[in-house]
Amino acid sequence: MSAALRFLTRRRGHGGRWHWTDVFTTVWLFGGLIIMFGPALWLVGSSLKSPAQLAEFPPTLLPYVSQAVTVPGYDKPLDLYDVTMEDGTTRRLAQIRRVGTMAQMVDPAAPDEKIRVNIKQRTPAREVGFATENYTEPFQRLDFVRYLWNSVFVTVMATLITLLTNSMAAFALSKYEFRGRGAVMGIILATLMVPLSVILVPLYSVISGLGLTNTLWGVILPTVATPTGVFLLRQYMLTIPDELLDAARMDKASEWQIYWRIVLPLTAPALAVLAIFSVVWRWNDFLWPLIVLSRQELYTLQVGLFSFSGELNVQWHYILAMTVVTMIPVVLVFVFLQRFITTGIAGAGLK
Amino acid sequence: MRSRRPSSRPLATTLQKAGAILIAPVTAGLSLIDRPLRAWQKKTGHGGMAAVFLLPNMAIFGIFVLFPLAVNFIYSMTGGTALFLADRSFVGAQHYERLADCTNYLDTATCKDDMFWNAVWNTATFVVVQVALLTVVAMTTALILNRDLRARSFWRAVFFFPVLLSPVVVGLIWRWILQREGLLNLVVVGMGGDQTNWLTDRNFAFAAAVGVSIWAHVGFYALILLAGLQAIPKDLYEAAEIDGTRPARVFWRITLPLLAPNLLVVIVLALIRAVQVFDEVYVLTGGGPGTSTMYLTQYIYEIGFASILRNPGLAAAASIMMGGVLVVLTVMQLGLSRRNNRPGR
Amino acid sequence: MKRTVLAALATAFLSTTAFAGDVRVMWYSDGVEGEVIQDLLNRFMEENPDINVTLDNVAYKVIQEQLPIQLQAGEGPDIARVTNIKEQAGHWLDLTPYLENPDDWRENFGAQLDWMRPDGSDIIPGFMTQLTLVGGFANKTLFEQAGVEMPGQGATWDDWVDASAKVAADQELEAAFAIDRSGHRISGPNVSYGANYIGADGMPAPVDDGVKTFATKLVDWTNDGKMLKDVWVSAAGSTYRAAADDFINAAIPMYYSGSWQIANLSTKIGDMFDWVAIGSPCGTDACSGLAGGAALVAIKYTKNPEDVAKVMEFLARPEVVKEFSERTLFLPAHAGVVSDGGLEWQTEDKNVAAALGKFVEASAEVAPNAAALPAWKWANVYYGALVTRISQVMAGELTLDDAFARMDQDIADQVAQAQQ
Repeated sequence: MSAALRFLTRRRGHGGRWHWTDVFTTVWLFGGLIIMFGPALWLVGSSLKSPAQLAEFPPTLLPYVSQAVTVPGYDKPLDLYDVTMEDGTTRRLAQIRRVGTMAQMVDPAAPDEKIRVNIKQRTPAREVGFATENYTEPFQRLDFVRYLWNSVFVTVMATLITLLTNSMAAFALSKYEFRGRGAVMGIILATLMVPLSVILVPLYSVISGLGLTNTLWGVILPTVATPTGVFLLRQYMLTIPDELLDAARMDKASEWQIYWRIVLPLTAPALAVLAIFSVVWRWNDFLWPLIVLSRQELYTLQVGLFSFSGELNVQWHYILAMTVVTMIPVVLVFVFLQRFITTGIAGAGLK
Repeated sequence: MRSRRPSSRPLATTLQKAGAILIAPVTAGLSLIDRPLRAWQKKTGHGGMAAVFLLPNMAIFGIFVLFPLAVNFIYSMTGGTALFLADRSFVGAQHYERLADCTNYLDTATCKDDMFWNAVWNTATFVVVQVALLTVVAMTTALILNRDLRARSFWRAVFFFPVLLSPVVVGLIWRWILQREGLLNLVVVGMGGDQTNWLTDRNFAFAAAVGVSIWAHVGFYALILLAGLQAIPKDLYEAAEIDGTRPARVFWRITLPLLAPNLLVVIVLALIRAVQVFDEVYVLTGGGPGTSTMYLTQYIYEIGFASILRNPGLAAAASIMMGGVLVVLTVMQLGLSRRNNRPGR
Repeated sequence: MKRTVLAALATAFLSTTAFAGDVRVMWYSDGVEGEVIQDLLNRFMEENPDINVTLDNVAYKVIQEQLPIQLQAGEGPDIARVTNIKEQAGHWLDLTPYLENPDDWRENFGAQLDWMRPDGSDIIPGFMTQLTLVGGFANKTLFEQAGVEMPGQGATWDDWVDASAKVAADQELEAAFAIDRSGHRISGPNVSYGANYIGADGMPAPVDDGVKTFATKLVDWTNDGKMLKDVWVSAAGSTYRAAADDFINAAIPMYYSGSWQIANLSTKIGDMFDWVAIGSPCGTDACSGLAGGAALVAIKYTKNPEDVAKVMEFLARPEVVKEFSERTLFLPAHAGVVSDGGLEWQTEDKNVAAALGKFVEASAEVAPNAAALPAWKWANVYYGALVTRISQVMAGELTLDDAFARMDQDIADQVAQAQQ
């Protein structure tokens, strides 16, 4: 812990010398950069590999494709290999065919002479290349635009309803004295921690009873009354002085107007945080939509991309590529709203 | 709250404009219902308005959270493999008896349902280790981000970014890195080491589960702590420096006490999340090797939902028992947060 | 705002109502079969313009976890491709009254109809889109490089594992062999060593010496590094894990999986090495694999059984079955198609046809105790208990004897639960 202690008082370049905490900071930051970003880059790189290459060990950092060459006298392009010859030199040869452990090769420059090579002596000649079909084929096979629209609809609707209902409830719980307030707050907090995966069956019965299976609303409604949101917003609203509300009441403002003209704008930072988290959560939701939606035209992106996982085989190359595609909007949201997110969390105080 | 400078960047203003246009129909709708609500307010006073504000959320909450929870309790008293309550038979406390049937709770082999108790102890270990480490890592990161850094918002983004990924993706990425034919072994073999089955080693699989869940969430908690650090008045530190107070003392005497409320939020939220741990670890290790990373949520999910002959009653009973633990944690949290709601900041 | 919401709500509700002439097919894919079936359905719709067939491509997880709930709620698609056919047989539709020629179905699909019927019934609920057989593959090139002779006909599991271990040692490989993490996969070998899961009353029998012999072998092979540890140890419960990638990477000279891997191996191995199907090695009693597959079944809750029957009839036509099998590299279940032969597998890989041929040949070796399993409704319960407990032994959490006791207990508990 002592390593961490001095960060507050010491500043980098203090007295022109490097203090050991500066070294620690640098190591932590750049180590963090590798550990946090590395896996994501790896994911993007892997999504551009062919199925055979994905299964390969040792894995390559970059995606490669094997090189082929057209040799006179052969109908099809032949794959190129780097071959270690008996005299120790390396030659680049094209393979005609392989029988067992021996391969018949030919030098593209001298196509008449056939050379027999043990397959242990050859390695495929490859160049960096991208299996872009991992991206293009799912786009052709899936109704991508439809899924995107469904995902956007679910995310936007769920977020709007979340913001509206949660902020109303938070307003009531923070600015009114009424009997049972403690009880309501208690219930909300107690359920803060119930994971959805635990009540799947009863929840499905409810959805099914209401006729909401195979509707987008069946996906949206169970997620919008987030206790987390109510809790977060209420904590923030507690910091808004009551005098402000009383002054508005003097001016004959109705309670409803107080809520959405005064309290809501003042809660903006906390609302922004909740909005962002709601967007991320709903966009990434997987288990629940998979249970509610089984019709192609209602799929969200997450459900659609998992249609590539079968019983006995999973088509990882498509899943990886589609994962990258679904990550893009979230990353964009973050890149553009980074400042709002971080200041929002700071502003929301989370006291 | 810190004052924020008004945004002058074109992007931000465009976004704000776009946001305003998007929100316009909503605000129009909101002002439309003011008239009827005003009438209601006249009739019922403030108390009635509280009900109006609570109603939408509580209705949705009641139907989709509370009601299923209550139904879950009834499920725990029924037997059979049928999924719908109407088709199920009442069996009383049979499932609870089964789960509690143990000669020695610490030795899962003596329990009737050894899997459940494996899951319980695994979860307990995971929660303790993960929350402790997560807090330390988040604290260190926050302290470092609070230093006089160049490009601080970039570094903040670096640590925050995994929070945006879905748990399934997180689990998937790390499985590809840690599996025998993964990226980690590429590095290890490259440095002359032996190829290892990382995820088939009990200790390493546990470390991986803890590590990956920290990776995925540390950014969020670090930001909460960072917010707290930045709210500490600078003059306190300056005064300490003038007095020549040792840095360790400054940390224990100034930083930690003033950060306590944020630290508490971090620990409580982390605790809740750790108890619920599921998706990322499930994708990462599948609960293995053996059952060493199988946690309660996975147990409940598999018994009640994923196995071929489901046992929703047993799953419900397990979830109610898990809920009991959560309620204790909640009560603790309530007590703590009430203390922190006292004025002072 | 309100109006938009209401409109959206209305459309959302409307889309769930079925119109006459609408048929929905729930389908999962392991490979290209989703595209192939879509092609075939498009052709069907050209022939029958008044019937609109929608193919819902889903994750296998949906078939496994969500479809059963839908079925219990009396909902669901009109047709589905499923693998737990026996357990849910009560939900399947009897197509007999709607088929033009039910006898034709009984004749061509008769061998597997009991797999998808409730016990003692004679309904025709559907047909198998693919037959699978559990069996092994060997990396011929690795064997050649190591100069090890591949064990021939009648070789036992020990012969194969020893030979593979020699290859692995010579070629410095990861392990000698791997078996998918699945109770279904090890049940053929169990039967080869004399196991019988089905008691005299049709209920699960306690694990017998056959199971114990092979399970002990598996654990020993894992402990001495001959069997690839990752596959079985790296998950809990009955989660499925395949070892195909290790075989594709030439990390193991022998791989025990099944006929469905052929297309996968062919695409990913390409020209890297030669591989052959080897059928199932022998035990003391037999050299058995285990048959299985996916069925396309009609569902009882459909609103238009006539249209459903038309779709099913189209897909069960010999020429359609033939085309489907040729393009997906699946073994067809249609007796007529099989006896006519002449399937032209659509691949350039010479290994494929040979492997498929070997599997057809090996299907004659399936022992009676194994042949009874697909039509036995407790089979999956048994499989689940086997995997869960054996992998705990491999991970060092249980002793073999404890594991056998737990298996019996698990199976008994689940049977008791199901009968409540």
